[in-house]
Amino acid sequence: MTPTYYLLLSALLFSIGAVGVLVRRNAIVVFMCVELMLNAVNLSLVTFARINGSLDGQVMAFFVMVVAAAEVVVGLAIIMSIFRTRRSASVDDSNLLKY
Amino acid sequence: MNLLVAQAQQIEAPQIDYGAIAPLLVVLGAACMSVLLEALLPKHQRWAVQLVLTLGTLVGATGALIFYATSERPAQGVATLAGAIAVDSPSLFLWATLLVLAFGSVLLIADRSVEPGGAFVAQAAIRPGTIQDRAQATKTGMQTEVFPLTLFALGGMMTFVASNDLLTMFVALEVLSLPLYLMCGLARRRRLLSQEAAVKYFLLGAFASAFFLYGVALLYGYAGSVKLSAIATAAAGTDRSDTLLFAGFGLLVVGLLFKAAVGPFHSWTPDVYQGAPTPVTAFMAACTKVAAFGGILRVLTVAFENTQWEWRGVLYGVAVVSMVIGAVLGLTQTDVKRMIAYSSVAHAGFLLIGSIALTPEGTAPGVSATLFYLLAYGFTTIAAFGIVSLVRNSDGEATHLSQWAGLAKRSPIVAGVFTFLLLALAGIPLTSGFIGKFVVFSAAIEAGLAPLVVIALVASAVAAFFYLRVIVLMYFSEPAPDGPTVTVPGAFTTIAITLGAVVTLVLGLWPTFVLDWAGTGTFLS
Repeated sequence: MTPTYYLLLSALLFSIGAVGVLVRRNAIVVFMCVELMLNAVNLSLVTFARINGSLDGQVMAFFVMVVAAAEVVVGLAIIMSIFRTRRSASVDDSNLLKY
Repeated sequence: MNLLVAQAQQIEAPQIDYGAIAPLLVVLGAACMSVLLEALLPKHQRWAVQLVLTLGTLVGATGALIFYATSERPAQGVATLAGAIAVDSPSLFLWATLLVLAFGSVLLIADRSVEPGGAFVAQAAIRPGTIQDRAQATKTGMQTEVFPLTLFALGGMMTFVASNDLLTMFVALEVLSLPLYLMCGLARRRRLLSQEAAVKYFLLGAFASAFFLYGVALLYGYAGSVKLSAIATAAAGTDRSDTLLFAGFGLLVVGLLFKAAVGPFHSWTPDVYQGAPTPVTAFMAACTKVAAFGGILRVLTVAFENTQWEWRGVLYGVAVVSMVIGAVLGLTQTDVKRMIAYSSVAHAGFLLIGSIALTPEGTAPGVSATLFYLLAYGFTTIAAFGIVSLVRNSDGEATHLSQWAGLAKRSPIVAGVFTFLLLALAGIPLTSGFIGKFVVFSAAIEAGLAPLVVIALVASAVAAFFYLRVIVLMYFSEPAPDGPTVTVPGAFTTIAITLGAVVTLVLGLWPTFVLDWAGTGTFLS
């Protein structure tokens, strides 16, 4: 199987994530879609590492995982605090700041 | 498996130039120490100790920077940590700018005179609107975690502007963003707005980082390396797939432009600037802008200089959109913080003009101009947000423009200083804003971007209208009887505002020193 298919899969996953961020309402689900995008990038990094015959891409995938984990910590803390206040994690309810 | 063994044998420990990265190490080391202090010290001692540590760190890091900059060093700069960090003249300039601007922001963050106890919530875990929340609003004491968070954000910014490969840049981007997301949500008053700002900034910021990262992955696929110089070499003339290069470039730039609040990627800016605690807004508006444009300048001039004719048109359009959005939507704002946010979107457009001012001969006249503009804009903004934090009524800051009517009658000094800062933002002569615009526009003309400069001048004129509207409102309207009062600031806020206003004036009168310094060298490639 050629590596190109993995790149296409990664692009597909990235697009699903991006569309999810744009259309979903729940902050947690939006955030999961962002994570999906990051993991799609991991897949393409590893595939490119394979194509290029170097390990850099695989090492980068580890960096991305660590960063994603840190992002989860901060993100869930923020979403939790707003959920405790409003009893809702819907991004549509956060509408005090406008115009 | 053979590949793994072969590569493992090649690994050797990289050389580290400790002198060059000393400012970075000082800031990040102190940030770690600050977290420890937060855990070990009793509550009543934290504020004083953290403040001394933070300000001491900034002074120490600046000292290390001056020591390195004045010592014997290679003129074109050094790449250290296996080429991950490039310490060259623009890096040093940006580091110095970031450190001094952070000093001003930390003074605003630490101030406890304007809002008793500081602008930050006593305990972030208290739910807004409850009895405990009303109690914490009047009680002194604040969440002192903001100091380590500020230091981490600053460390991330300093790494970001000096990073010589895209992976370091991505990690630095996250190190600078994550603390900022948290700091946005820590306001003592109007907690709902503050938390909402944090959620919006976080979700959109994470979305933009994902784009940045996908761009990095595609460029890695294109060039086989994420080093900026390797990308430049690969783009200089090969039969590789242009799709990967330009898709990667586009995604990368979207992530960068988002951080820099350039329109049309600005949608978070007004909300976050309005909702975040004002000292944090000052820090974001000044330092994040410097860091983001430092990164953009480096990426464009080092990695993508060869391909400028392909991407120049796109960023040309983005700069126009940003200036138009900032100037036109700024006109319709009724909140001071939102107005300054839209003004920052317009300024981001001007800065982008400087960033794309590359000549066909390979020189970048825009780099030194943009560096100067960043410095000048940062100081003006910090002072402006310092003033915004002073105008208050019983439930916190009075940011609605109608409440600013007749402010000059209540406090001539505050109104006078704010007028001066607004004129600097508008770019009136004798202020640093004028010199900044002048050097950026001349660099753009030198690089053959004259039509863009015309659009920029029109946008400046439109933007000047909404600055002048505030001035007219302050001087020629009667103050409302139940209007806000102007708090007499304590030492910290006074120093921060004075620093910002004096630098704005001095750079308007004698800009040569800083201009020379900004123009001493180019990016290490």
